[in-house]
Amino acid sequence: MSSATSSILRRASDSLSARVRWHPLEIIFWIVAFAMIWLMPTRHLIMTEIAWLGLFALSLDLIVGYAGIISLGHAAFFGVGAYVAALLAKHELINEPVLALLVAGLAAMAVGFVTSFLVLRGTDLTRLMVSLGVALMLRELANQFGWLTGGADGLQGVVMQPILGLFRFDMFGHNGFVYCLVVLFVLFLVARRLANSPFGLSLVAIKNNPLRAAAIGIPVDQRLIVIYSIAAFYAGIAGALLAQTTSFASLDVFSFDRSADLLLVLIIGGTGYLYGGLIGAILFKLMQDYLSVLTPQYWPFWIGALLVAMVLIGRDRITAWNAPLRHLAAKLDWRATRRAAAAAAAAEDR
Amino acid sequence: MNYLKIAAAGLLAGAVGLGAAQAQETVKVGLVVSMTGQQASTGKQIKAAVDLYMKEHGDTVAGKKIEIILRDSASVPDNSKRLSQELIVNDKVSILAGFEVTPAAMVVAPLATEAKVVELVMAAGTSVITEKSPYIARTSFTLPQSSVIIADYALKNNLKNIVTMVSDYAPGADAEKSFTAQLTAGGGKVIESIKIPLANPDFAPFLQRAADAKPEAIFIFVPSGQGATFMKQFAERGLDKAGIKIIGPGDVTDDDLLPQMGDAVLGVVTAHMYSADHQSAMNKKYVEAFTKANNFRPNFMSVGGYDGMHLIYEALKKTGGKADGDSLIAAMKGMKWESPRGPISIDPETRDIVQNIYIRKVEKKNGQLYNVEFQTFNDVKDPGKIKK
Repeated sequence: MSSATSSILRRASDSLSARVRWHPLEIIFWIVAFAMIWLMPTRHLIMTEIAWLGLFALSLDLIVGYAGIISLGHAAFFGVGAYVAALLAKHELINEPVLALLVAGLAAMAVGFVTSFLVLRGTDLTRLMVSLGVALMLRELANQFGWLTGGADGLQGVVMQPILGLFRFDMFGHNGFVYCLVVLFVLFLVARRLANSPFGLSLVAIKNNPLRAAAIGIPVDQRLIVIYSIAAFYAGIAGALLAQTTSFASLDVFSFDRSADLLLVLIIGGTGYLYGGLIGAILFKLMQDYLSVLTPQYWPFWIGALLVAMVLIGRDRITAWNAPLRHLAAKLDWRATRRAAAAAAAAEDR
Repeated sequence: MNYLKIAAAGLLAGAVGLGAAQAQETVKVGLVVSMTGQQASTGKQIKAAVDLYMKEHGDTVAGKKIEIILRDSASVPDNSKRLSQELIVNDKVSILAGFEVTPAAMVVAPLATEAKVVELVMAAGTSVITEKSPYIARTSFTLPQSSVIIADYALKNNLKNIVTMVSDYAPGADAEKSFTAQLTAGGGKVIESIKIPLANPDFAPFLQRAADAKPEAIFIFVPSGQGATFMKQFAERGLDKAGIKIIGPGDVTDDDLLPQMGDAVLGVVTAHMYSADHQSAMNKKYVEAFTKANNFRPNFMSVGGYDGMHLIYEALKKTGGKADGDSLIAAMKGMKWESPRGPISIDPETRDIVQNIYIRKVEKKNGQLYNVEFQTFNDVKDPGKIKK
């Protein structure tokens, strides 16, 4: 093998492994997230919402940020998850929340699998309309089957059993928050592994140029169907978390507003790096909570104004403030220094 | 020595002052209503009425300062639940009030029971709500109250073939069920029952179906805020000229929207517990003060908020400022007073409201549209509960 190819190979493998490595900021992010359990015990209810919204946004990021499928109907899967979880508990089919969560996610995944064939047809605009249509149809179905779903009144009288038979969903939302956070973390790890796998990389290739991806032998349709179903699973879990922590499911879980808000969340946080959804969820919820307490009547105006401002200023400039922080983090990263030394040694060998 | 005495006196005075300051605690009331979203008009009315009551009666009662904490549910029941939970856990409210629609009131009920906090329903109108928790009291109305009475009116006026049109959720079902039962018991007939989706309804196709059935009257229930659209589409199809009458609970001719409805609405007969045109000295004063403070007319949702505040104030007076759920709810039971809508009371058994139901017809007064009351049924209890 010539030295030119081997150097290209090494650079490629370096850049790939750099993606997989845990950045210190990531570690700090999760430490802070888990520290919230003790740091802010009075705010667990809103943080619970942030956790499931973050998971929901993460699921949208998997298809928008990685596979390039824009969806305005992601609430469809969220809603299926929420109703399945609430119905399982109400009719005492599966009493243990973690198991019910899994079943709800799988149900959403099944719906995602079936509808993926529709969504794959056509281009962005078609996909937007088809996904929107699917969500509207499901909402109407839930409305029509009032005997099962409670219709516009929502599914009342759901009683959740303790998590793993040990921790009941308490009034203060402590256990609910820890539960959501753990589920979010576990699913995040899976998503991170997935995104950095050859499968995830092939998705990015498809996003950048589907024709070319097909030409180099990536089975485009099959990959998109798989990631769409996985994203539906994630969204279903997020919906189930909502239903389990509030003991309630209403038609609102399918609403267009929810899908649109979700896209906003992802735009605020940024797509294609997994943390976008989580950061967006934190910013969006805190902003909403703060403004709606400040001015209960006019807060939607201020949210709108902030969004316009954000887009005009550009996210790059807003994130510029943390550049010094990132610089510091890079310095702290002892592994980077070690790698640089190894690279220098390797260069000398040659 | 003298200095010592003065110092001691000063200390004592300080201690007394401190004691007084501690005695004047606050009682927090969490007001969870929809200030934005589909039911925004309900929240707006209730908030305005609560503000008016506190302006008139001061913010101190039985030595306690009343503090209102307003939260916007954005017309989404999930939010009502989370906000109520936060109000209980973080703000330590003694009373939760508001609740624009039935699902919002119902989803909060388990919290009220668990935390032993009074849940005061100021708007939602499904009969069954007060049975969901022993800490729920209601100052709004129930749909069977008006629906049963308008059914009697229909029978008396020879309107026997009727199409019912109701919004497809619990209050609509309540209205339809109680109306149909009363009508058929009296020899009338519901020839078609139509359910309309709750969110963003387009009434046109449903009105066509109703017209095709050729009824003598249409019984209509839509939640507060949707009446104007309904009346407009009714007139557009010329159904008023075809001689089809409109009857129903008074939600459709909501005072908030009535002035903009146009002449098509003239002659619509409804049964309800409040009209801005109610003839009493108290209501005159209320409407005047309300319209002065806001640039809109008070509607039936507003009196729910106004009377709710009155109930809170009187209950606190009765308990001597004790604000725990058990004492408050006990004090509320059987409370009787005069409201802008007429004499009302809280049923000691069901904690639901007992009130006069008026039959009204839309007429023009001084160039403005009003629901003019022409018949009164005294002290109507919720028929939804009597039958059990």
